[in-house]
Amino acid sequence: MTAAISVSGLVKTFGHVRALDGLDLEVATGEVHGFLGPNGSGKSTTIRVLLGLLRPDAGAVRLLGGDPWHDAVELHRRLAYVPGDVNLWPNLTGGEVVDLLGELRGGLDRRRRDEMIERFDLDPRKKGRTYSKGNRQKVALVAALASDVELLVLDEPTSGLDPLMEAVFQDTVREITGDGRTVLLSSHVLAEVEALGDRVSIIRAGRTVESGTLAEMRHLTRTSISVETAGPVTGLDALAGVHDLVVDDHRATFDVDTARLDDAMRHLTSLGIRGLTSQPPTLEELFLRHYGDELSELEGGPGGAAGNGAAGTAAGAAG
Amino acid sequence: MTTAVAGPERTARAAGVAPGRRRSRTLAGTWALVRFLVRLDRLRIPVWIAGIVLSVWSSASSVKAFYPTQADLDAAAEPLYDNVAVIALQGPTYAIDTLGGNIVFNIGGFGYVIMGLMAMFLVGRHTRADEEAGRTELLRATVVGRNAPVTAALLVTGGGLAVTGALITLSMLALGLPAAGSVAYGAAMAAFGVFFAGVTAVAAQVTEHNRPAYGITGALLGLSFVVRAVGDVGDGTVSWLSPMGWAQSVRPYAGERWWPLLLLAAGTVALVGVAYALLARRDLGGGLVAARPGQPTASRWLGRPWGLTVRLQRATLLAWASGLVTTGIVYGSLGEDVADLVGDSEQVADVIAQAGGSLTDSYFATSLLMLAVITGGYAVSSALRPRSEETGGRAEPLLATALSRTQWAGSHLAMAVGGSTLILAATGAAMGATYGLIVGDAGQVPRLTGAALGFAPALWVLAGLATALFGVLPRATVAVSWAVFAWCALVGFLGQLLDLPQWAMDVSPFEHVPELPAQGVEWPPLVVLTLIAAALATVGLAGLRRRDAGY
Repeated sequence: MTAAISVSGLVKTFGHVRALDGLDLEVATGEVHGFLGPNGSGKSTTIRVLLGLLRPDAGAVRLLGGDPWHDAVELHRRLAYVPGDVNLWPNLTGGEVVDLLGELRGGLDRRRRDEMIERFDLDPRKKGRTYSKGNRQKVALVAALASDVELLVLDEPTSGLDPLMEAVFQDTVREITGDGRTVLLSSHVLAEVEALGDRVSIIRAGRTVESGTLAEMRHLTRTSISVETAGPVTGLDALAGVHDLVVDDHRATFDVDTARLDDAMRHLTSLGIRGLTSQPPTLEELFLRHYGDELSELEGGPGGAAGNGAAGTAAGAAG
Repeated sequence: MTTAVAGPERTARAAGVAPGRRRSRTLAGTWALVRFLVRLDRLRIPVWIAGIVLSVWSSASSVKAFYPTQADLDAAAEPLYDNVAVIALQGPTYAIDTLGGNIVFNIGGFGYVIMGLMAMFLVGRHTRADEEAGRTELLRATVVGRNAPVTAALLVTGGGLAVTGALITLSMLALGLPAAGSVAYGAAMAAFGVFFAGVTAVAAQVTEHNRPAYGITGALLGLSFVVRAVGDVGDGTVSWLSPMGWAQSVRPYAGERWWPLLLLAAGTVALVGVAYALLARRDLGGGLVAARPGQPTASRWLGRPWGLTVRLQRATLLAWASGLVTTGIVYGSLGEDVADLVGDSEQVADVIAQAGGSLTDSYFATSLLMLAVITGGYAVSSALRPRSEETGGRAEPLLATALSRTQWAGSHLAMAVGGSTLILAATGAAMGATYGLIVGDAGQVPRLTGAALGFAPALWVLAGLATALFGVLPRATVAVSWAVFAWCALVGFLGQLLDLPQWAMDVSPFEHVPELPAQGVEWPPLVVLTLIAAALATVGLAGLRRRDAGY
């Protein structure tokens, strides 16, 4: 099976800023590939290179077997794109934009278009100016999801959508991939990628830092637990994989490596659980934790990453 | 940005201390916004002021150099008193046998138009353009009153116009002209500009988007020029219907009349009142007319590569075409009056004979040049459309479809080239139709249409230049394109007067077009201009294929 997207050593600079610094990305045909990274890490730049909108400075980029820069028009017939920040023409209606983008891609299935408009509860008669952010996003999503293409390139597609619409989006993507289509899904929300993704690439500062299946990434994730037990909480500090433990008599909050979650639960059950909330880790937490040392080194001292503004600036000024 | 945030915050505290002052609430935050706008436009406003004052000053000083003695002034003035053509273009001939009067006449209506444009662009930028982009919402959510943004825009623009007027007065005084006339001229120029700042403020309340607000203001500015042209050619009564007529009737250096300034001031106050009243009745972000639901599906042709371009640009094209065709009709109807003069004044006939062609034809050539230069504004704005689509983030989804960059930018270029050619043809035809109707010669329609089309290659060069810049130097595109257009307008309207060196004049493509119908058709310059336009367009489209897109 050939890769739908294959990028290696991609470099893109804007003046003095090195937006992409040797990025690698492999997306196999037929998979949903999560493309994760904090804000400003180079996700959108990578996508624009894949769309042939930006010209790479170095590195090899293949998309659907072609060169995205030279074969842009031909390749674009076979893909659909949802930008992270959807801007519409103020005096065109949503329905007109959906048709316009579909036609320019080389035709669109009217039945499927109408189905998507209904599914996403979009009013196609409203003018671009009058749509809210979420509705603008829906226009771009409907235009992309209604098209019969091999590859969907989605740049933070659910930003601005309500949870109900997010669920509709996830169902639709699952349907689409069932037909053997490929999806590149950029996001900074780990849960969204977990719900849909087969494999994930995590990038930071223009470089790929991790790539693999979600199961392989378990070692990166920690779950935050807040628990109330029948008796005083004891023995948790002795368990491997438990971090940031705060015990207040029979209450405790701590983070636990997802791989060690089972052990921690077993121990808590022995204490008698009265109440328990758990929170999946956010990507930012993940990054701060996993690359925290690296970050604080980069930003000039311990606490640089966590303290962000003040500490970082002070250290910067001193250095 | 720090200023923007700090300003309203400080106002918020002040408002918290004195909650009883309800009356002025709609203006809360005005001063903070004024400071903010001055900060934003710290370069833009001085550039406008310097451009206008330098143009006026150099026009004035070249008139002075041209006619050093009273005898020279008398000789220059003599043929002008009855010259309907020049009066229609410049204004009434008050005291043109004096240095001051001649200067005011030579700068003419063009000077007022530029003041109006400065007012329009500065006010529009901070009212409807900000509102359309959602920035007004951000500001209005702080302690900023409903009328504060438009008031701040008017105060800053009015300040800029007042400084311009004051500097015009000073440059006239520096040339040794009488004080009263110099003050009157500076005041008339500034007051006219301020009036159109008010017009823009009202137009910005009416339309939902900034472009049509400019369209309305520009049309009214053109109308005030045309109405005063009709009035000045006649007995002057009609000129009182035009604010430009009011400004002219201040009569600098010709027995100043001060009360028309009050007319302009009262008009401005009334306009601001209308703007406030409209603001109180409409939603933020909305226009006077609520947006109606549109078509749920696209028409068949919208999905073609040129379909969207036509859809996006057709309203602009129609607006420009109707404005210029109207002007063409008016100027065509004046042609007969010009013909009558040939018998009356031998001196005029001599001057014209030296230039070649008849008086009527030279009048039409001058009028067509003026209208063609104005059409250049359409050519540039239309050719710049892909740039605003790109910076507005709307090009990216299009270019991610099977639409090629060449098709996309090419369709906008075609619209600029085709649209401007169409406007020229329609304007020439309208001029020929009214003139032909009056003199009973249907042949004037093809004749003047052809003459108008002679200017088309110059417009193509402007469109080609904008495209070349868009492909090669995208960030400089807008500024350089408009600067070149402004230069063409300056050379076209004031070039003779400014006594510019030939190479500087030659930058304008309009300088190379034969003055049809006064002169015969000369093909070589037209062919060369067309080739230059084609080369520029090719460079632009090739550059666009090579550069990063979508930022």
